[in-house]
Amino acid sequence: MYAWLWRRLPGPTSVRLAIMVVLLLAVVALLLFVIYPQIDPSLPWNHVNVPNPNDSSPNA
Amino acid sequence: MDATADSAPAATTAGDKTPNRRRRRPLWASTLGVVGELLITAGVLVLLLVVYELYITGIYTRAEQHKLKKQIEATFTPPPAVPSTGIPPVETEPAVGQPVAIMYAKALGDTWKWAVVEGVDADQLAKGPGHYPKTAMPGGVGNFVVSGHRTTHGAPFFHADSFKPGDAIVVETAQAWYVYKVTSSSVVSPHQVSVILPVPDQPGVDPTQKLITLTTCNPRYSASQRMIIHGELSETDPKTGPAPVALTTGVA
Repeated sequence: MYAWLWRRLPGPTSVRLAIMVVLLLAVVALLLFVIYPQIDPSLPWNHVNVPNPNDSSPNA
Repeated sequence: MDATADSAPAATTAGDKTPNRRRRRPLWASTLGVVGELLITAGVLVLLLVVYELYITGIYTRAEQHKLKKQIEATFTPPPAVPSTGIPPVETEPAVGQPVAIMYAKALGDTWKWAVVEGVDADQLAKGPGHYPKTAMPGGVGNFVVSGHRTTHGAPFFHADSFKPGDAIVVETAQAWYVYKVTSSSVVSPHQVSVILPVPDQPGVDPTQKLITLTTCNPRYSASQRMIIHGELSETDPKTGPAPVALTTGVA
């Protein structure tokens, strides 16, 4: 999979390496700033309260 | 060792027949290779999620805390011109997302100081400990309920298990200092909503006492239970006077 990607990249080794690093950073940024923040509220260790009997919002 | 033994003759035969062609692995081997790479990638993604939860979420929380503290401390100065007449002040509940008070608790750390935000949904709890809407406000009759993260988002209640009866929880608003004295702590099921009632564990009873309840998840890095800290108001001091001694001693 990664070997296939490596073969598809153009240019000499140094250019390929640079492209790989940029791709890696892009994926990490996408995860840290978009995907993980979206799944964060539903993760079990973030449930700190009990359902509020005063209203009906399911925030537990 | 096996790999060398297997590949050496294979390379020779392949080299004999097609010297210029790259040796192709059988389909099952390359499929297995892709599966392996996918599994390693999944492992790295999970590790990155752990790093995100434990460290990166705290960066956002710290920035939001800075804003909330600045916002509420701006209302602290100058102190109210009218000196306290002994009548307990009445706090009004702010809009969701707005700061409620500054909370201090020496039991959780010498420099433990957090802005409590109104609301207990994920958005608000990511900014700091949250006040349950419609529960009592600081100093009010009933139950002032605050929830906070135990391990992520700056982990305000990481050391919640350190609270002992008699420890002080000091709450500062524009109007007054409120010193609460911890009375008990317990671990309950996540569904035990009675702990945040105006009179904890007694549904339908009208409150007469001024209580505080902190809730967080338990054990650390899990949420199978909730840790509950109860306390009662022991002192109310006007902002015109000196700060309560409980602020520095940590004992109510």
